[in-house]
Amino acid sequence: MSQSRIRLERVTKRWDATMAVDDISFDVTPGQFVILLGPSGCGKSTTLRMIAGLEEATSGQIHIGGRDVTRLPPGDRGLSMVFQSYALFPHLSVADNIVFGLRSRKVPRQEQRQRLAKVAELVDLTAYLDRKPAQLSGGQRQRVALARAVISEHPICLMDEPLSNLDARLRSDMRREIKALQSRLNMTVVYVTHDQVEAMSMGDRVILMQHGTIVQDGTPDELYNRPASAFAASFIGSPAMNLLPLAAGEQGAVIQGEPTPPVAPLNAAGGQLGVRPEDIELRPASAFGVLARVLSEEYLGADTIVHLAIGEHTLRARLTGKHALAGQQCRIGWPTKAAHLFDANGRRRDDLTPYSLDLPGAESQLSSPLSGSSQTSLLAPQLYPQH
Amino acid sequence: MTLTAHRKMQLYGTLLLLPAAILLTTFAYLPTITTVINSLFLPGFRGAPAEFVGVENYQVLFDDPTFWKVARNNLIYALGTIPTSIALALVMALFVNGKLRGRGFVRMAYFTPTILPMIAAANIWMFFYAPQIGLFNKLLGALGLSGINWLGDPSVALGSVIVMSVWKEAGFFMIFYLAALQGIPPELKEASDLEGTSRWSFFWRVTFPLLMPTTLFVLINALINAVRVVDHLFILTKGGPNNATNLLLYYVYENAFSFFDRTMAATITVVILLVLAVVATLKFTILDRRTHYQ
Ligand SMILES: Nc1ncnc2c1ncn2[C@@H]1O[C@H](COP(=O)(O)OP(=O)(O)O)[C@@H](O)[C@H]1O
Ligand SMILES: [Mg+2]
Repeated sequence: MSQSRIRLERVTKRWDATMAVDDISFDVTPGQFVILLGPSGCGKSTTLRMIAGLEEATSGQIHIGGRDVTRLPPGDRGLSMVFQSYALFPHLSVADNIVFGLRSRKVPRQEQRQRLAKVAELVDLTAYLDRKPAQLSGGQRQRVALARAVISEHPICLMDEPLSNLDARLRSDMRREIKALQSRLNMTVVYVTHDQVEAMSMGDRVILMQHGTIVQDGTPDELYNRPASAFAASFIGSPAMNLLPLAAGEQGAVIQGEPTPPVAPLNAAGGQLGVRPEDIELRPASAFGVLARVLSEEYLGADTIVHLAIGEHTLRARLTGKHALAGQQCRIGWPTKAAHLFDANGRRRDDLTPYSLDLPGAESQLSSPLSGSSQTSLLAPQLYPQH
Repeated sequence: MTLTAHRKMQLYGTLLLLPAAILLTTFAYLPTITTVINSLFLPGFRGAPAEFVGVENYQVLFDDPTFWKVARNNLIYALGTIPTSIALALVMALFVNGKLRGRGFVRMAYFTPTILPMIAAANIWMFFYAPQIGLFNKLLGALGLSGINWLGDPSVALGSVIVMSVWKEAGFFMIFYLAALQGIPPELKEASDLEGTSRWSFFWRVTFPLLMPTTLFVLINALINAVRVVDHLFILTKGGPNNATNLLLYYVYENAFSFFDRTMAATITVVILLVLAVVATLKFTILDRRTHYQ
């Protein structure tokens, strides 16, 4: 099992002018499902391809299972890979595609057949073994690519955006299937994606990258609840976390353009306040909170995204159920622990505690800010004047 | 109503096809038919009408030992040029498709023979093959070997013509292979590298089968060229010595314009057409079934 430990030490990849991966280090423990997450062009694929041996690291070391593999060819590293384009051989049948690697490694025919039957069963392809890739749907091709990785019985599987060519519905099915396969076979997976939903739902651990460096490395929970930077905060969650610039006010830092009430200690001015849309609660205009105006709303079925204007800034709030609030004045607040402070460089600040915006004496009621129906009832008398 | 719309579309389609159809008919189908007719008649003397003789012209042709010699030359020429130029083209394409310093230059160098007209290329090779001052004999002389009469010796001349044709054709076919190679996604190589597949194994299991449509296309072209392109004979050997390098089409030309035997020329042309038609049919039916098109 320990032969599937992956360790990157100060790995760098440079192409002439571009610094694709800049001095990154991390450690993957066996059996872990690790996500490399980040926007397009941040160096995720390059990192993965250096682990695979398809690109050579400019500097730094890569260890797999205690062996220094930095200069080893891909075939000697004991790993398999699923490509974004699936990389299926178009002229070979599904069966031949799956056993391609076994033939290269001169596995006896008899054993090839046994392993093929087992794997085909596992990924539900038994009925399609004689077809050519062109005769398969996107999801089935994806499965062939998975089968090819699984049949090799390498303890490590690398995946580069394997679901990005599938439609949304299939994608969520495949997410669960890949996750199930991984835990069933106890594979070590390094999975590249730019989709935070995939990262949050599949990863045991998420490594968030930006400009070739690691921004944050933690569990999905940590990334969501304690984003290490304003970038991490804005990348995780949908819709993204609201980031509001803070200015100095009379009694503390205030949201720029909205002098009352103070939302954080004065030191926080110049930085940003982050609040997730789902943590924002709407209150009647007469209640305590930050004054806001409802600009518009998007109804999504289970919930509504409300666009609000505060001072010169807009932010989004997620309310459960259906709401029609456009054009109305209200006040907003959030639980203290749902507010995050970032300094002028976007780094998280834990030395300051945001001010409370709780309603006086309403703590118990607000403990679950997402119980939308109760919020609406709270707002109703004010916001919906009688006709 | 829809019927008239449909009619209109048909008319539209027909009109679009018309220019090509007219050109093809005028310059390909009509001459072919006339040639077939000519091969069945003997021209009359002094304005007398042509006389229908059936297959007599063909019997005369098949009794002509020169015809058989020329046909055999053409077969050797085809067997000598086609596999060699295709294999060479593939090797060159694989070479210049790799990560190679100055590969743009190498590609151009390989392709240069193709852009030269056959006549110009033959003139260049004339200097290579020339008995006294030629490049090859100079090289042999430098090694202390006696020169060879490349184009004058009946046992060597056909070989010399074949070498020149391979040189000329390979660069052209290379371009097709190169285009096909660039159409093969690099991930296929990467996926097979991850399994430790050797280069050799990857070539035979992936590259070569994926190049099959190109190979087929190139093969047809090479075959047609083996019969169709005889420009270099005009410069190099004029079919000699003693018909040692004479090829079918050049023999047609000789019959028509040196011996003024148009009937014989037509007869040989029909034979060439038939042979080509049979080979093309075989290729497209048998090879096509085993070829993967993307
Ligand atoms: N073969 C290459 N040659 C030059 N630059 C490259 C190459 N591959 C990637 N890059 C550059 O490296 C950076 C990171 O690319 P990549 O790792 O593919 O990003 P990601 O997968 O996160 O979208 C990009 O700026 C990209 O342009
Ligand atoms: Mg990528």
